[in-house]
Amino acid sequence: MSHYEASIREPLVLGDKSYHDITEDIAKPIEGKANKNWYIAFYISLAAMLWGFGCIFYTVGTGIGVWGLNKNIGWAWDITNFVWWVGIGHAGTLISAVLLLFRQKWRMAINRSAEAMTIFAVFQAGLFPIIHMGRPWNGYWVMPIPNQFGSLWVNFNSPLLWDVFAISTYLSVSLVFWWTGLLPDFAMIRDRAVKPFQKKIYALLSFGWSGRAKDWQRFEEVSLVLAGLATPLVLSVHTIVSMDFATSINPGWHSTIFPPYFVAGAIFSGFAMVQTLLGIMRKVTNMEDYITRMHIEYMNIVIILTGGIVAVAYATEFFIAWYTGSPYENYTYLSVGAATGPYAWAFYSLLFFNILTPQILWFKKIRRSFIWSFIISIFINIGMWFERFDIIAIVLSKGHLPSTWWRFEPTFVDVGIFIGTIGFFFVLFLLYARTFPVIAQAEVKTILKSSGEFYKKRLAQGIPTKPTIVIAEKKIIEVDSSDKNIKE
Amino acid sequence: MYQFSGKLKIFSLALIIVGALGIAFSFYSGSQLTVESAKEIIANQSHGDSHGSAVEGTHSTTKEHDTSGSHTSDGNIDKEMSAHGAHGDDSHAEHVLHQLQNRPWSAFYVALFFFLGTTLLVLAFYASQRVAQSGWSIVLFRVMEAITANIVPVSILMLVFIGLTVGHFNHIFPWMAEGTFDPSSENYDAIVDGKSWWMNVPGWAIRSVVYLLLWNLYRWFIRKNSIAEDTANDGFKTYKKNYNASVIFLFIFMITESMMSWDWIMGLDPHWFSTLFGWYVLATLLVSALTVIAFVTIYLRSKGALPQVNDSHIHDLAKFMFGFSVFWTYLWFAQFMLIWYADIPEETTYFLARFNEYKLPFLGMVVMNFVFPVLLLLNSDFKSIPWFVIIGGIVILAGHYVDVFIMVMPATVGGQWFFGIPEISALLFFLGIFIYTVFSAFSKANAVPTGNPFLEESAHFHYYNIEHRGEGSADH
Repeated sequence: MSHYEASIREPLVLGDKSYHDITEDIAKPIEGKANKNWYIAFYISLAAMLWGFGCIFYTVGTGIGVWGLNKNIGWAWDITNFVWWVGIGHAGTLISAVLLLFRQKWRMAINRSAEAMTIFAVFQAGLFPIIHMGRPWNGYWVMPIPNQFGSLWVNFNSPLLWDVFAISTYLSVSLVFWWTGLLPDFAMIRDRAVKPFQKKIYALLSFGWSGRAKDWQRFEEVSLVLAGLATPLVLSVHTIVSMDFATSINPGWHSTIFPPYFVAGAIFSGFAMVQTLLGIMRKVTNMEDYITRMHIEYMNIVIILTGGIVAVAYATEFFIAWYTGSPYENYTYLSVGAATGPYAWAFYSLLFFNILTPQILWFKKIRRSFIWSFIISIFINIGMWFERFDIIAIVLSKGHLPSTWWRFEPTFVDVGIFIGTIGFFFVLFLLYARTFPVIAQAEVKTILKSSGEFYKKRLAQGIPTKPTIVIAEKKIIEVDSSDKNIKE
Repeated sequence: MYQFSGKLKIFSLALIIVGALGIAFSFYSGSQLTVESAKEIIANQSHGDSHGSAVEGTHSTTKEHDTSGSHTSDGNIDKEMSAHGAHGDDSHAEHVLHQLQNRPWSAFYVALFFFLGTTLLVLAFYASQRVAQSGWSIVLFRVMEAITANIVPVSILMLVFIGLTVGHFNHIFPWMAEGTFDPSSENYDAIVDGKSWWMNVPGWAIRSVVYLLLWNLYRWFIRKNSIAEDTANDGFKTYKKNYNASVIFLFIFMITESMMSWDWIMGLDPHWFSTLFGWYVLATLLVSALTVIAFVTIYLRSKGALPQVNDSHIHDLAKFMFGFSVFWTYLWFAQFMLIWYADIPEETTYFLARFNEYKLPFLGMVVMNFVFPVLLLLNSDFKSIPWFVIIGGIVILAGHYVDVFIMVMPATVGGQWFFGIPEISALLFFLGIFIYTVFSAFSKANAVPTGNPFLEESAHFHYYNIEHRGEGSADH
C-alpha cells in the first residue's frame, strides 16, 4: 500500500527508531529497577493514602457528623471530589475511544496512560458514593437483588441509582477496553522476560496472545466496537453525574445545559490531568521521543477547545439566570450570590483558573512549552475542583428559604479523605508505571513508518522506504546528508 | 469543470416560481382572514376532540403555577396564558385570528431558518475540517464551499424578514407586540419587561444583522482564499491564513450560534428558557448539514464531477450523520427529560403545548431522527452505499425540518397548525434557491482544491473495510 501522508504533518515518533528500539524503550522501566525518586514519591503517596484511609475509618466508625456538612449543605467535599475524580477519568476514554473514532494517530503514545488514569480515577470516585452514606454497610441495597423483604426493590427514578449503574458500567468497560489493548504488550514483556517468575506473571496477564493475523483482525474489530460503545458511554456517564444536580429544582442546579457542559468540563479537566502526568512521565521514563512537543500541543488544543465550550456554558448559565427573571437565580449566579457572597473567592478562583489562565494557550509558544503546559494543567485541575465546589456548595448555601441559608466549613476529615484519594491515585499510578507498558508499543509500531521522523525525512528526500525493515541496527543510513544517495 | 446543466437550472427556477406563487397565495389568503372566519374555525374545532382539552391542560398547570410558583410575589402573571382563562369569545377569536395570520409567516420562517441554519452549519463543519487538518475531506471542500454559497441569498431573505418583523408586519415574536413594555397598556407583560435589557427591538435587530454579517464575511473570505490556495504555491502561506481565519470563525460561531438561537427561536416563546437550547439547535442543524453535504456529494459524484471521491468518503459522511443523529437525540432527551423530571411549571408549559397539540410530529421526529438512522446506518457496509445513505438522509432531513417546525409553530400558530400549501411552497422556494446557488457556485471553481497540502491524503483515502465498487483497485 502506497503511503500518502502530507508533508506538513509533524512526526509522531522522533529519532531514527526501529521496531526493536520501541520495544526496548517501553520495556526498560519494567525490566529495570526503581530509583530513589520513585521510592520517595511512592512513600509520600502511600502515607497520604493511609492517612486518607484512617479518615475514612474514622468517618464510618464515628458518623458523617465528623465532616463539615450541616443540615442544609448535605453535599460538599464528598460529592465535589466524586465529580472531580469522575471528570478526570473521562479524558482516558476520550483519548482511547473518541480519538480512535476520529483516527487521530497521536493518541497512540498517550492512550495507555490515559486509560490507566481513567481506571485509577474512577476507583477514587467510586469511594465517595459509599463513604458519604450514613450507613455504608447497607450500601448493597442499591442493587436490584431479589431479597427476603418481599422482594423490596430500588426506585429507578433516582439519578443516584443511575450513578451506580453508570459508574460500575464505566469502570468495567474501561477495564476491558484497557486490558484488551494490553494483551500484545504483555505478550511482548512475557517474551522478553528472563526471570521465570516475571515470565509466569506476564504469561498470565497476556492470556496467551500469539499475534496471529486472525487475532489481530479480531483485535482491531473489537477495539473499534468498544470505542464505538465507550464514546456514548463516556458521554452518558458524566451526563448522569450531572443529572444528580440538574434533575433537582434548586436554582443553580436545575439547568438543562448541565449534561453536555459537565461532559465538556470532564474532558477539560481530564486532559489537564493527562498533561500533568505525562509531563512528568515522559521525563522520568525517558519517553521523550514518543510523547513529543506535538502531543503536548495537541492536548493543549483539546484543552482550549473544551475550555472554550465550558466558558460558553458559563456564559449561557449567567445569561439565562438573568433571562429567567427569577430572583432565586440571582443568589446563585453573578448578580448577588456567587460573585459577592461569602464564597466569592471560590467563584473568582474558578474564573481565574478555568477561564482566564487557559487562554494563554492560544499562543503557540506557550502551547508547545512543557513547563507552561504543566503549570496550566495544574491550574485547570484546581479550577475544575472549584467549579464542582461552587456548583454544589454555593447553591446549597443559599436555597429558596433565607432561614435555611448556611455556610459550609470543611473539617480535617473532609480534607484528609481528599488527600487520601490523591495519595491512593498516585500509589496506583506509580505501581502501574513500573509494571505496565506505559505506551502501547503495538500501536506505536503501526505508525512508525508513516509518522516516524526518520521515515518522513526519507520520504521527503524521495528515498523509497519500503525495504527499510532491515534497518534493525542503528545509524546505517544518514538521513540528514544533503545528497539523496543511500550510504551504506 | 462541472457544467450546471440546463435541466437542473430550469428545475430549480421552476421550484422557485412555484414556491413563490404558493407563498404569495398563502399570504393573500391569510390577508383575507377576519374574526368571523376565526370564529368559524373555532366552531369547527370544538366538534373535534383534542383541541379543547389540550388547551384546558395547559391552563390548569398555568394556574397552579400562578398560585404556587415563584412569580406571585412580584405579580408577574403569564399574561397570554391566563388571558385564556378569563376571555370572552371575542378575544379568543381574535387570538385564533392572530395565529391564523401568523401561519404563512411561520411557514416561511421555518423553511428560511432551516435552510439558513443548515447552510451555516455546513460552513462551520467546513471550518472545523480545516482546523482539524483532516485528511479525508479535502476532496469534498469544493462541495462544501458551493453549499455555503446559499448563505448569501438566505441571509438577504433573512434581512428582509427581520426588517418586516421589526416593522410590525407580522406577530411572529409576541414580545414585539405594541404595549408589551408599557405598564399602562393592557398588553403589558411584566416578565418580558424584566428582560427588556435583552428583548428589545433595536438590540434584536442589530444583533441579527451582526450575526449575518460575520458569517457572510467568513464565507466570502474563505471562498476567495480557498480558490487562491489552488494556485498560490507560496509555501502554504495562503493555507495557513485560511487555517487562522477558520479558527477565528469557529470561535465567533460558537458564540453567535447560541445567541442566534436565543434571539430567533427561543424568543418566540418569551416566557420560556432553557440553557441547553443553543446547543440543541446546533445539533439539529449540524445533522441536517452533514446530510446535505452527503446528498450534494453523491449527486455530483454520480454526474462524474468528483473523480476523487470514493465510497470511503461517503462512508465517513454517513458515519458523521449517524453519530450526530445520536448526539442530537442525546441533547433532545437531556433537555426534555430534565424539564419533565423537575416539572417546574414555567418550563413545562413549553413541552405541554407541544406534546398536546403536536403529538404526532413531536414523537414522529424522535423516530425519524433517532430510531431510523440508528437502525439504518449502523451497518458499515450500508454506510458506503449511496442510495442507502440517500434513503436514510431523506428521513433525517425531514425529521429535522419537523424539529424546526416544532420549535417555531407552537409559539406562533399554536393549535392552528397544518402542513399544507404555505409550508410546502416555502420549502420548494428555498429548495429552488438552494439548488440554483449551490450548483452554479460549484460550476464556477475547480472541483479539486489542488493547493491543499492534504489533498493527496484525501484523494487516496481508504477506510479499511470499505470495498470500492466499480473503481480501479490501484489504491487498495
